[in-house]
Amino acid sequence: MSSAPHIDSVSRAAETPDERQPYAELGMKTDEYVRVKHILGRRPTSCELAIYSVMWSEHCSYKSSKVHLRQFGTKAPESDALLVGMGENAGVVDVGDGWAVTFKIESHNHPSYVEPYQGAATGVGGIVRDIMSMGARPVAVMDSLRFGPADAPDTRRVLPGVVAGIGGYGNSLGLPNIGGEVVFDESYLGNPLVNALCLGVLRKDQIKLATAPGPGNKVVLFGNRTGPDGIGGASVLASATFDEESQAKRPSVQVGDPFTEKVLIECCLELFAADVVVGIQDLGAAGVSCATTELAAKGTGGMDVRLDLVPLRDETLRPEEILMSESQERMMAVVTPEDVDRFMEICAKWDMPATVIGEVTDTGRLRMTWHGELIVDIPPGTAADEGPVYDRPYSRPLDQDELQRRDPAGLPRPDDLRAELLRLLGSPNLASKEWVTAQYDRYVRGNTVLATPADAGLLRIDEVMPGAEPSTRGVAISTDGNGRYTRLDPYAGAQLALAEAYRNVAAVGARPLAVTNCLNFGSPEDPEVMWQFAEAVRGLADACQTLGVPVTGGNVSFYNQTGSTAILPTPVVGVLGVIDDVTNRVRPGFTEEGATVLLLGETREEFGGSEWAHVAHGHLGGLPPAVDLAAERRLAELMAAAAAEGLLLASHDLSDGGLAIALAESCLTGRYGCRVTLPADPFVTLFSESTARMLVAVKPGAESRFAELAAGIAVTELGRTGGDALVIEDLFEISITELRETHTSTLPAIFD
Amino acid sequence: MSTARVGVITFPGSLDDRDAARAVRLAEARAVPLWHADPDLHGVDAVILPGGFSYGDYLRAGAIARFAPVMQELIPAARAGLPVLGICNGFQVLCESHLLPGALIRNENLHFGCHDQRLRVENTETAWTSEYSPGQEVVIPVKNGEGRYVADAATLSELEREGRVVARYLGVNPNGSMNDIAGVTNEAGNVVGLMPHPEHAIEELTGPGTDGLPFFTSVLKRLVNA
Repeated sequence: MSSAPHIDSVSRAAETPDERQPYAELGMKTDEYVRVKHILGRRPTSCELAIYSVMWSEHCSYKSSKVHLRQFGTKAPESDALLVGMGENAGVVDVGDGWAVTFKIESHNHPSYVEPYQGAATGVGGIVRDIMSMGARPVAVMDSLRFGPADAPDTRRVLPGVVAGIGGYGNSLGLPNIGGEVVFDESYLGNPLVNALCLGVLRKDQIKLATAPGPGNKVVLFGNRTGPDGIGGASVLASATFDEESQAKRPSVQVGDPFTEKVLIECCLELFAADVVVGIQDLGAAGVSCATTELAAKGTGGMDVRLDLVPLRDETLRPEEILMSESQERMMAVVTPEDVDRFMEICAKWDMPATVIGEVTDTGRLRMTWHGELIVDIPPGTAADEGPVYDRPYSRPLDQDELQRRDPAGLPRPDDLRAELLRLLGSPNLASKEWVTAQYDRYVRGNTVLATPADAGLLRIDEVMPGAEPSTRGVAISTDGNGRYTRLDPYAGAQLALAEAYRNVAAVGARPLAVTNCLNFGSPEDPEVMWQFAEAVRGLADACQTLGVPVTGGNVSFYNQTGSTAILPTPVVGVLGVIDDVTNRVRPGFTEEGATVLLLGETREEFGGSEWAHVAHGHLGGLPPAVDLAAERRLAELMAAAAAEGLLLASHDLSDGGLAIALAESCLTGRYGCRVTLPADPFVTLFSESTARMLVAVKPGAESRFAELAAGIAVTELGRTGGDALVIEDLFEISITELRETHTSTLPAIFD
Repeated sequence: MSTARVGVITFPGSLDDRDAARAVRLAEARAVPLWHADPDLHGVDAVILPGGFSYGDYLRAGAIARFAPVMQELIPAARAGLPVLGICNGFQVLCESHLLPGALIRNENLHFGCHDQRLRVENTETAWTSEYSPGQEVVIPVKNGEGRYVADAATLSELEREGRVVARYLGVNPNGSMNDIAGVTNEAGNVVGLMPHPEHAIEELTGPGTDGLPFFTSVLKRLVNA
């Protein structure tokens, strides 16, 4: 037609079957392209090719990971708490009193390397919209971050930008940032990890799903206008290895507008409360392509869309670009015809542009037109759910045995334990992260009960929603991961990440309920990386089964490598728990004198992958600490029982840096020091990283009751809280002032 | 519960509005939501402008909010003596509205900062601080990116001379504010702007303590006695 003479319509595609198409440039393999032709019975139009290329990209289709991820389903433990499992935008967990929470973690690694501020900011924006699309109010965020060495020049470029981006976006949304991690390691220098988690709260009978049922229902696009943001970002940026050309990719990183997102949140919640939404989906990677195909595939099966009705920020955008645009702060809703007016009224109240762009059908086809011409006509499920699945070859790395033989037992041990403790406490991975977390708002919404440096973030549930009843409950969440452990043994490493997050949730007195994960690995086309991935997934699925905590969803990020060198395999695991009475939470830190300091769990000589071996010797070898899930479970049950009875003044999980760091941090977080006696070899007792251990301070008078509850768990009495120093009897003492100076000066010295 | 009604304005981009409303309720008054586009104060007895990023604050913090329909009612009412508390972004809006002197600019270190802050309450004669004792030291969270209070020398000396500095930072000055100023009041003492967030220090469970509550009980006492 005259207005758009060069549109590649369906009829044109049928007439020009042999026209060469740039599928390879869009990241598609020849056999994948052939499969599209087979599905359609003709060559795809350029718009259809755009849809298939993004929907079948690794990022959207999980084509290399799917065969492994199935274990999270097949091995899922029985759980009364799980309301929505994997496969939706985020999992939903029942926390009682009619309340449910939804949570998910997602990576934004590559964009954050190219443009740290916007990459990290839009990472927060994307995960928040995932949570909104479940019908929930987002109530908190946290971020799990990994960078190259702290003092590397590029880290000074990337870290401040990432932190400012997370703060700039998250703070403007009014979401408290209540925890997370900051880890430094050489392997992340050219490929930092930025994993963002969001937590949302909803009434359990108000869950929304990404579905488009009911022929005749309207499809509404609302939020920001569509512009040329991140076009091809999903398949190009998220799936390509970094090399010298990455500077040229700067324009493909999306730009965030947190103000619009904040208004979008309030607008969505009002839409949900008015009950005018049948189905909803956020627009993230692959934008309109993803939202339309997924909604249609999960609904009645068909949808007609007039693509020329999509409101544009740039009127010159072509339909292929509209389909691939990753413009932020957009949502798509399915609304009954009767409710459209009310829907539009609410959007108008919030000055939120909203446009009906299509209609649900029962044709089984996703059909799109552009000024009257048919440009897309596909079965939506073939793009959304039936993408290619690869069972990629994997093999144990050739150096794995040698790595595991490189036992840290032979490393020279320090004579001066006092100096060694301070050296570790001031090392970038263990030093105070206040330089980072002080840039995040932890207080907004007024429900933050615990945040960094507590082991887990803890929120009171106090939301105004239709049908809401008051609740005393709180929700705890923690993320953890250890790339060094996972490098040494990926099966155990993933389990150790789960065990630590689980233990952190238990430390505040909450019962762990469910899991989310973000699996950051190198190229799946490298069999040795694929082995790490397969082992890690197997380990995590097995451990979730043993601990009784189902995986509710998550994200896989492949191609995290610089050249052919992969990052340390880094599964980041988030665990969510619930505490029935949030006022019973256990705080970190020695805030009173005279409490009995106990070490729970057994300490073995375990230094493989430890922070001590890393800091003191730059050593990575041997085996990571032994996993003991039964002991983790007993410990968690003890903590929940002791918290409920109010026996504990303080708690802190033992992990990186061992007892030495746990003691030092407990002194720093509270106002008081402690005086303790070590039961065995001082070096091993102080720095070993044996798992299933916790440091607790028992309130005066509660000792015998605690001992009763702790039957069956190794309990070592170390000493008492009090004084203004960490005193290790017969060895050394360090004033809190000196501990604080050492702990807090490292990051400001590098980044200020 | 008292019958005093305290309005809390929500602009698009307001974030701490429900926190402010909770503080009003804990002080045993009624919180009345006010909407930026509604030019009506609905007969409230006092008004709080909460923290956040009104209209995104992409221009200059508070610069657009100052022109909101509700502000056209609030500005004359404040001049006529209505108790008004602006917290953080609210303080910025009050300065942009010229209800308070001075301005708030980008923090000296250019970072957003969130800390538990020690403060000294310097003026206990205002509508919002009468429940404090003179010189009382308190801990209240401060969180801002543009919280650095500045004013010209004449204004500054007038504020000091007239005792219109309501609160001052103790220890570390978190944003480079002149004279460590954390909050100021107008000549009449009914309008107070405060960079720290007293609404985040009203419950032991969720804040560093309850040192912020007297801001909200002060105004209530004033309304009941009026």
